[in-house]
Amino acid sequence: MFELLRELFSFDFIVRALIVGVFVALCAALLGVSLVLKRYSMIGDGLSHVGFGTLAIAMSLGLAPLQVSIPLVLLAAFLLLRISESSKIKGDAAIALISSSALAIGVLVISLTTGLNADVCNYMFGSILAMKMGDLYVSVAAAVVVLVLYILFYNKIFAITFDEQFARATGVRAGLYNMLIAFLTALIIVVGMRMMGAMLISSLIIFPALSSMRAFGSFKRVVICSAVLSVLCFFVGLVVSFVFDAPTGASIVIVNLAAFCLFALVGFVRRRFLLATHGEV
Amino acid sequence: MMKETVLSCDGISVKYDAGYAVRDVGFSVEAGDCLCIVGENGSGKSTLMKALLGLIPVQGGRVRFDGPKKNEIGYLAQQTVVQKDFPANVTEVVLSGRMGRHGFMPFYSKKDRAAAGEKLRLLNADHLADKSYRDLSGGQQQRVLLARALCATEKMLFLDEPVTGLDPLMSAELYTLLSDLNGKGLTIVMISHDVKSAVRIGNKILHLRTCPLFFGATDDYCRSEAGQTMLEKGRFAAEAHHV
Repeated sequence: MFELLRELFSFDFIVRALIVGVFVALCAALLGVSLVLKRYSMIGDGLSHVGFGTLAIAMSLGLAPLQVSIPLVLLAAFLLLRISESSKIKGDAAIALISSSALAIGVLVISLTTGLNADVCNYMFGSILAMKMGDLYVSVAAAVVVLVLYILFYNKIFAITFDEQFARATGVRAGLYNMLIAFLTALIIVVGMRMMGAMLISSLIIFPALSSMRAFGSFKRVVICSAVLSVLCFFVGLVVSFVFDAPTGASIVIVNLAAFCLFALVGFVRRRFLLATHGEV
Repeated sequence: MMKETVLSCDGISVKYDAGYAVRDVGFSVEAGDCLCIVGENGSGKSTLMKALLGLIPVQGGRVRFDGPKKNEIGYLAQQTVVQKDFPANVTEVVLSGRMGRHGFMPFYSKKDRAAAGEKLRLLNADHLADKSYRDLSGGQQQRVLLARALCATEKMLFLDEPVTGLDPLMSAELYTLLSDLNGKGLTIVMISHDVKSAVRIGNKILHLRTCPLFFGATDDYCRSEAGQTMLEKGRFAAEAHHV
């Protein structure tokens, strides 16, 4: 085991991927708790598809991917949030519309310029080789921003997640914090997308939150458990992909899935136990 | 001595796609009042309350708060689906009632925690403090949400059907508690479809059927045509319920 880890850390690109990944996994899990509870999971998915489209455009124009993606995905986050909040349009349908359109635009742009090559496949399903030093700096900076804002606004995020109407009625500026959550999510998705893959990044947001909710009954515990679980699953997934020479993004998702099954079982047993001791759930 | 007007509304209208949900409603609330808003299902009571609180836009008219600021108001809404299964413990929920007063201050103080504990005790719910909200019964959840609403205010409380999910005994307790709080100077605006309780604890009644059918003192309401009909219906419904 120790040998394996030493071998793992002897590769510079893996160390880079590990650092980026740990930060991305941590932040995605924190934001994920609110997104899942607010029924905004689809926003994460939609944003990652938009991210793919913007990467394709950046690649075909020969521009730096992050510089093109970050502003465009932030813009998309703003739009998606407005759509979800508006009662006139059916939110989930509109998000599906935007995400498949973005994907189609990406595929068209690529096939008209560079053609569907290995790079495209990497964007779709992720590659740890994609992590350069520049990504490392950007991702660490983004993660620090997310962490600081999350801790500072933790109580407000709880208030608007639990009951946005009450928060609004009692003078919390819910719209502002919703926007903050959406922007931070967009940032993390763009940073993590090339390693995890546009098709798989949303799992980092959704899985840890869903798993933790099975087992814990307080918001703080759910948040902490999600963060720890997410980092742990990322690390295990990375090691698994290294050992079995499997795609990294997919391995991480599978590890998360296994964790979810385990937590679902724990939750089931816990509820049964409650039922047996109190006669109520 | 004239009592101070804390909330006044003039010709408020709220439109949905299909037409008016609330039309041309005007009334005023003075400090220490208990205003009960009654009316049948779909008569626009909840919509009116949301409009008062600024949660939905009004298409016409004017809402004015003269005493309490925006963050000195408590609100107990009907529960949403999201909340029923929410992983949060009771203390976290009740504390979140204090958030509105904080501005950009990020964390809760000792004072906040003390206030949360006190409100839970007031509602006989302090034994629930460490329980998970989603493991509580409907009635317990309702009490926790009321504790949160009380945490948010010392001046003015808005309640939307506060006895939903409570059994008759707990409903009676809740009404007594609200009367007590009202007696100590808390201004209350409450929606209820239980007219009998409304006329018992409210000193003013607003009867709504999209447009206002009646607004005024409770005694006058009981003598009015709208009030007579409603009370009659209420009695009928109660009897039907017993059979």
